[in-house]
Amino acid sequence: MAERTIRVGSTHGLHARPAKLFVQAVAQSGAPVTIAKNSGKAVNAASILGVISLGIDHGDYVTLNIESDDADAVLDDLAEILSTDHDA
Amino acid sequence: MTDTTTQTLTGAGIGQGVAIGPVLRMADPLPEPADEHSTRTPDEERERVTGAVAIVADDLRGRAAKVSGTAADVLEAQSMMAEDSTLLDDVSARIETGKTAERAVFEGFAVFRDMLVALGGYMGERATDLDDVAQRVIAALSGGPAPGVPESDTPFILVAHDLAPADTALLDLTKVLGLITREGGPTSHTAILAREKAIVAIVGVAGSDAIANGDVVVVDAAAGTVTVNPDETLRAETQQRIDERASALSGSVEPGALADGTPVPLLANLGSTDGSAKALEAGAEGVGLFRTEFLFLDQRMAPTVEQQREQYTRLLNDFPGKKVVVRVLDAGADKPLEFLNDAHEDNPALGLRGLRSLRANEDLLREQLTALAEADAVTNAELWVMAPMVSTVEETRYFVDLATELGLKTVGVMVEVPSAALLADRILKTAAFASIGTNDLTQYTLAADRLLGSVASFQDPWHPAVLRLIGEVGAAGAAAGKPVGICGEAAADPMLAVVLVGLGATTLSMSPSAIADVRLSLRSFTLDQAKHLAEVALAADGAPEARAAVRAAAADTTPTQPHPDRNETPQ
Repeated sequence: MAERTIRVGSTHGLHARPAKLFVQAVAQSGAPVTIAKNSGKAVNAASILGVISLGIDHGDYVTLNIESDDADAVLDDLAEILSTDHDA
Repeated sequence: MTDTTTQTLTGAGIGQGVAIGPVLRMADPLPEPADEHSTRTPDEERERVTGAVAIVADDLRGRAAKVSGTAADVLEAQSMMAEDSTLLDDVSARIETGKTAERAVFEGFAVFRDMLVALGGYMGERATDLDDVAQRVIAALSGGPAPGVPESDTPFILVAHDLAPADTALLDLTKVLGLITREGGPTSHTAILAREKAIVAIVGVAGSDAIANGDVVVVDAAAGTVTVNPDETLRAETQQRIDERASALSGSVEPGALADGTPVPLLANLGSTDGSAKALEAGAEGVGLFRTEFLFLDQRMAPTVEQQREQYTRLLNDFPGKKVVVRVLDAGADKPLEFLNDAHEDNPALGLRGLRSLRANEDLLREQLTALAEADAVTNAELWVMAPMVSTVEETRYFVDLATELGLKTVGVMVEVPSAALLADRILKTAAFASIGTNDLTQYTLAADRLLGSVASFQDPWHPAVLRLIGEVGAAGAAAGKPVGICGEAAADPMLAVVLVGLGATTLSMSPSAIADVRLSLRSFTLDQAKHLAEVALAADGAPEARAAVRAAAADTTPTQPHPDRNETPQ
């Protein structure tokens, strides 16, 4: 199991498009991933409604948890998506 | 002759056109599924949900593949919402307690919907997308049509209760021959869209619920009538009128002027730069009203200064050497923007809207004015900027001072509120120009919500009380030597346009599709005749009387005048 904390880069937080891109990447990885805002409750990161309902804003810190053999590679991908400003 | 009965319905016609075609109805919102114990087993119900969700997600993905940009993102996100595992777990748990698939889906989506609404802002806006998905899944469960805008490969006449801005965004305008709505007055969002896109439309049609899918109808906007199952004679006449009108309007595009040569520049109302080419083609001498809210709505979030500058530069580049009047963001009432004001208001038309709402969010106003000034600096159009919904002299000073400070040269205000019309002399001491928004001015003068079908008959700019207020502004403009434009839909009515000039309007701005008819009408009257017609209208008791009296007087002044008033709508 691996864990990483990332600062969200999208200007308007994880709303429709950034959330969609993130959830699609999680689904593609095939690994069970959870996401939590700050130190809150972790939700299934492959659920777009779960992710959107966390109400993640620009600058919030999120923590990803993953069970996978290539956890680091997947985390690199996801971290990149989360830290990019998709609203720019 | 068909063997079905011909039937005629009436409403408020938008514009002068006529159309004929088969009807497609916009499916009504589904009723809330009953909360009753399912007669199926939980596994059977779960299987139904799985099947319905797959159908909906496939359909949404298919639609996403056909479009691009924001629309595609929204549709893809919606397809993911339909298949969302957290949601389906919740639905499954509800089914386990004996609920029907329909009810479980309804309740499960509602939980997430409420969660999004509670988050507010950008997340809150996703609630509408989720509602749409829920409706689609419930429709798929019951085998019914999905709610929303119908899709068709062949042209049709759309019949709806009313259209929300979100519906119209998805509308394929190349397929819509005409539009009939049960709700709405001549200035509702639907009517404005219809004018802008030159769709033949009739709004506020009581009895339109009885029109069925596939019925052939004739939509005659000039007469304000919908004829269901027209006979062969009417079908042939209609086709002939469509052809004749097309050839009459493809004629000359000289500048707007009265019979005595008095220039009355004819400008275009635009909601985006997409309409520029069409406006120029119609002979528009500039833009009298550029609405910026469509820019904000399409973005689904506040655009940055850079994004705005790019849009305004494109607009100004489309009209080199010509006047372009840009109205800063007019949010509220019929155009709510949650990032500006998400507080519930009982009377949004009387609430925090227009300049009031911008003043409460001054950063946004400053950004917009900055973007406009920057675009002005790199282009050759003559940029004028105005504020919507100004009701006091103090607000006028506030806006003019701020816009001037940010580098804008010609700053004016819209006169849409009776208080501003009555004090126009004082307002024009500060403002460089006034532009009268007749739609709101009528709504506020007659105290009738312009979005409400039940009071649509009050929404008539021919009302002498409205005309008297316009006359006040015209007189104040003449005394101060400052221009007074009309940018409401009243300017698109060929006969009323003459009266407005008689009341002191110096320019008229309208949907490009209306320019040809108005140009033709203005050419038939001198300034003295226009002033006389204005007096005739002011002396009437009400809107229908004013319209009838002016039509009679116009026939007297110019016996050769070919039917200037074809915009009459039955009351």
